[in-house]
Amino acid sequence: MLSIRNIVKQYAGHRALDDVSLEVESGQIFGLLGPNGAGKTSLIRIVNQITAPDSGEVWFNGQKLNPSHIERIGYLPEERGLYKKMEIGEQMIYLARLKGLSRDEANKRLKAWFKKLDMESWWKKKIEELSKGMQQKAQFVATVLHEPDLIILDEPFSGFDPVNAEVIKDEILELNKKGATILFSTHRMESVEELCDSIALIHKSHKILDGKVKHIRNSYRNDVYLVEYSGQLLTFENGQPFDQIGETISDDDRHTIRIKLQDGRSSNDVLQYLIPQTRVTMLQEVIPSMNDIFIEKVNLMS
Amino acid sequence: MNKVLLIIQREYLTRVRKKSFIIMIFVVPLLILVMGGAIAMIAKNSDQLTNLQVVNVVDNTGTFAKKLHDVPNIKFTITHHDINEAKALSKKDENISTLYIPEGYPQKGNIQIFAKKKSPIQLTDEIQKQLNDIDFNNRMIQHHIDTAAIHSIKKSDIAVNAVEITDKGDKDANVGANIAVSVACAILIYLSLFIYGGQVMRGVIEEKTSRIIEVVISSVKPFQLMLGKIIGVGLVGLTQFGAWIILSIISSKIAGHAFNSPQSPMTGALAALQNIQFGYILGCFLFYFLTGYLLYSALFAAVGSAVDSETETQQFMFPITMPLLFTYILSVSVLFRAPDSALAVWLSIIPFTAPVAMMVRLPFDPPGWQLAISMSLMVIGFLFTTYVAARIYRVGILMYGKKVSFKELGKWFFYKE
Repeated sequence: MLSIRNIVKQYAGHRALDDVSLEVESGQIFGLLGPNGAGKTSLIRIVNQITAPDSGEVWFNGQKLNPSHIERIGYLPEERGLYKKMEIGEQMIYLARLKGLSRDEANKRLKAWFKKLDMESWWKKKIEELSKGMQQKAQFVATVLHEPDLIILDEPFSGFDPVNAEVIKDEILELNKKGATILFSTHRMESVEELCDSIALIHKSHKILDGKVKHIRNSYRNDVYLVEYSGQLLTFENGQPFDQIGETISDDDRHTIRIKLQDGRSSNDVLQYLIPQTRVTMLQEVIPSMNDIFIEKVNLMS
Repeated sequence: MNKVLLIIQREYLTRVRKKSFIIMIFVVPLLILVMGGAIAMIAKNSDQLTNLQVVNVVDNTGTFAKKLHDVPNIKFTITHHDINEAKALSKKDENISTLYIPEGYPQKGNIQIFAKKKSPIQLTDEIQKQLNDIDFNNRMIQHHIDTAAIHSIKKSDIAVNAVEITDKGDKDANVGANIAVSVACAILIYLSLFIYGGQVMRGVIEEKTSRIIEVVISSVKPFQLMLGKIIGVGLVGLTQFGAWIILSIISSKIAGHAFNSPQSPMTGALAALQNIQFGYILGCFLFYFLTGYLLYSALFAAVGSAVDSETETQQFMFPITMPLLFTYILSVSVLFRAPDSALAVWLSIIPFTAPVAMMVRLPFDPPGWQLAISMSLMVIGFLFTTYVAARIYRVGILMYGKKVSFKELGKWFFYKE
């Protein structure tokens, strides 16, 4: 769907993107992660043809990116806004027409969206009369009104209250189900695990990690387990097939420990060692969260 | 191209629909109507006094009083009161003035006219004229000159009629009317370049500060957006002028009927205005307005793109508008007096100053080749500034929170896409 190949973008004084390559497959929800100033927005602007790369290429559905693709992409920038003095209905029809929709078609679709999101009474209102959350909602509709194949959302949830964020999230998932590919940038990790199929992590203008979320998390497994047992508090001196990490957390006669397997041992060895001594109520592998991986990777770099 | 049309449409409609625009359309011709009316009223009333003025003459020399003759609305009476009694009389009635001619040969300033209110100029002029004639006559008699002969010789009335030699034959050249038209054109074009250029700049700043810019330029190229805005606002300007011209013609026709006054100096000047080729001047005005507007509004758009708020525009606006301001000041002060001087010619050819300078020269018929050079340079000029501005604009609209200098703008110009 979207293939970004060896992109370099140089600004006066600093390099925003250094040899970045990505593959976004059709139908995916793709998360572009990275701390502020990593180069996410620069990359997104290149895909939107707002700026051009110094070198490298972008391919869209097997074609080199060209202006005809603009109408098939929907873009919600991080810094968003609308004409303050313009009526909302008229304004959104204008934006849709800039994306190549006819006036009638835009009108029809907009009415449907307004109905769906309970915005019908806003049609004649000016943007400056709406609350910030309402403006964001309107802007989201403007982004997807022309039914783009690729929807690019830069920090889509910033500025939304939890209720509206949930509404927008559901809409994103629904659009994705209907076939739209979604590329969104964020530094909020919890939304990544919930939404994304694949991610790329960008840090200091380099791509330092990419792939399917499941694969990445699995590849970061480090044999850490959470064990809960009840009964007498145990102490581990030697002979056990694992090392304890951190303190034991006790709640009455229930004790939780975090352990790391020793080389060559498995979770079965842990059970075999523990069962004769106590009653094991839980053994669970701790798969690192994207947040952990993110922080680990970023700290490793700096 | 279709998208540029959409942008033009939006820029045009949002401005034309504003109440302030509609109000302006009607206010300006109304002002012209009111001013025309006021001028006509003044012209009508300026030649004559509106009511009868009685002048009590206290003549201590005895040589003047009898020879003063009545004219319409001024009646002279010889009074035998002394000056203080006569003044007391004038103090009671504002239509009675007292002319006081003290003893001895009249000198400058020692003849006085007393009245309850300031004496109207028509009254003092008339008295002054009569007194001078009487004095002149008296002295001729003293020198034994035949006054009858002198009077017959004195009856001559010569006026110089300025005629211009042109290819199409001689034609009346009323310099006063030419100056009026040229200065009016200079002011109008200067103001409109600023008003509409400023609108473009504010529009760009609005798009930048409201952050809609990134949404729009993910659909169209920055150049298309800039072009659409400039053309849209330009059309608003043309609409405004069009409406004003039509309404002004109508209102001046109405004014002409309503205040149809007999021959007066003002109507003379108005008649002279008719000799000026309005179609030609109007055509040139529209050309210079359009090209000048395109030239300057592109620069204004670039300035708007480089700043975060209107208050930051000052440092850029001043150098950009300097040539225009300079020409404007020269135009209303000296250029119209020397429309063919080297300075005027050069200013009317350089694109940055030509819109104002050429409009000043136009009523004085500048040579055709100069007009041709000036017009072609205007077109080249606006293409050039649009190119430069577009390169700065495309970078500027995405830059936030940066204090920008001219050096920085120069760098932007050389940025690749």
